[in-house]
Amino acid sequence: MMDEIPKALSLLAAFSMLSVLAVGGGSAVLPEMHKIVVLQHEWLGAQQFKEIYSLGQVAPGPNMTMVAVIGESVAGPFGWLAAVLGFFLPSSLLALAVNRFWHRLESWQWRESIEAGLAPLAIGLMASGAWLLAKLAVEGRVGLLVATFTTGILILYKINPLWLILAGVAAGLLGAF
Amino acid sequence: MNEPSFARIAGVFFKIGATSFGGGVVAYLRGAIVEQEKWLDDDGFLRVLELSQTLPGLNAVNVAVLTGDELRGWRGAAVAATSLLVPGLALVTLLSFLWGSLQGSAWVTTALAGAAAAAVGLIVATTIQIGRRQLTDPLDLALVVATAVAVGGFGVDLGWVVLGVGGLSILLHRPGSGRRSSERASSRVTPA
Repeated sequence: MMDEIPKALSLLAAFSMLSVLAVGGGSAVLPEMHKIVVLQHEWLGAQQFKEIYSLGQVAPGPNMTMVAVIGESVAGPFGWLAAVLGFFLPSSLLALAVNRFWHRLESWQWRESIEAGLAPLAIGLMASGAWLLAKLAVEGRVGLLVATFTTGILILYKINPLWLILAGVAAGLLGAF
Repeated sequence: MNEPSFARIAGVFFKIGATSFGGGVVAYLRGAIVEQEKWLDDDGFLRVLELSQTLPGLNAVNVAVLTGDELRGWRGAAVAATSLLVPGLALVTLLSFLWGSLQGSAWVTTALAGAAAAAVGLIVATTIQIGRRQLTDPLDLALVVATAVAVGGFGVDLGWVVLGVGGLSILLHRPGSGRRSSERASSRVTPA
């Protein structure tokens, strides 16, 4: 208990930083989150990190609610709260603040420059998230097949991704035996 | 537009938080906000979505914050974002307790390995779909690759990459550069 509070505070600081740097959404900060949680602080192992991310895929609602589980695994209930507040509050406060004046900038010439300029950064960060997760998670031929199949189907057809995640679960179970 | 009650805002966002799956949350949000509740029109939603994509943080959460703010100010934003997140947070926490008690089971490990591999496919597909324009424009593609290599290849701190590549990219897309329309938002609001 006593060592959970300092850990929760470090989590709060680290996840607040991730929150305001998450240009491109949740997958954009996966590599940095992995670096902080697994490599620097060694709060979790790579396998645990990967499994927690996978758990998050079957939960409903916005992606990345799995940060709660990371927080809980690192520092109990305090960690849960620290990770959730840290990850979701700062970016939301920023959105609220920017919304107050963004309207009034409709004719400001740099507005579109900022939107267009941050787009490649967001895509690059998302790609780095995919890269990290592929390194951690794509194991063997079955894994490669599942990842490729999922990518292809999602690009070609409008289908709820949950079915493909569940297909991945099934493939994992079948491939193992 | 009638000002909806906080309970109504909570109900609508909670329902989406509990029933939308796998990254398609924004499409569900559009259905509820534009079509069912008529809280925003198409242009209003597009404006919210564009700003959500530019801002850091999760798209869906930003859309909830901005829509809630339009409806009932900061309290509306707080209610909308919290209601959207609560079901997923509750469920993932519950799942993690189950996972904790089953840890070490080969079944769970392989099932999650399969889910993780599919999740890789999901991120790759989303990146390609959202980034169609950025991935086909030579300058934008160079910036995409620079970002991915800096973070994924060299492990450069995210803050430096955001400031460095982001700043450079905004300058390259400066007013008068003829490279400003981002065309991101409109391509991804169709429901899955």
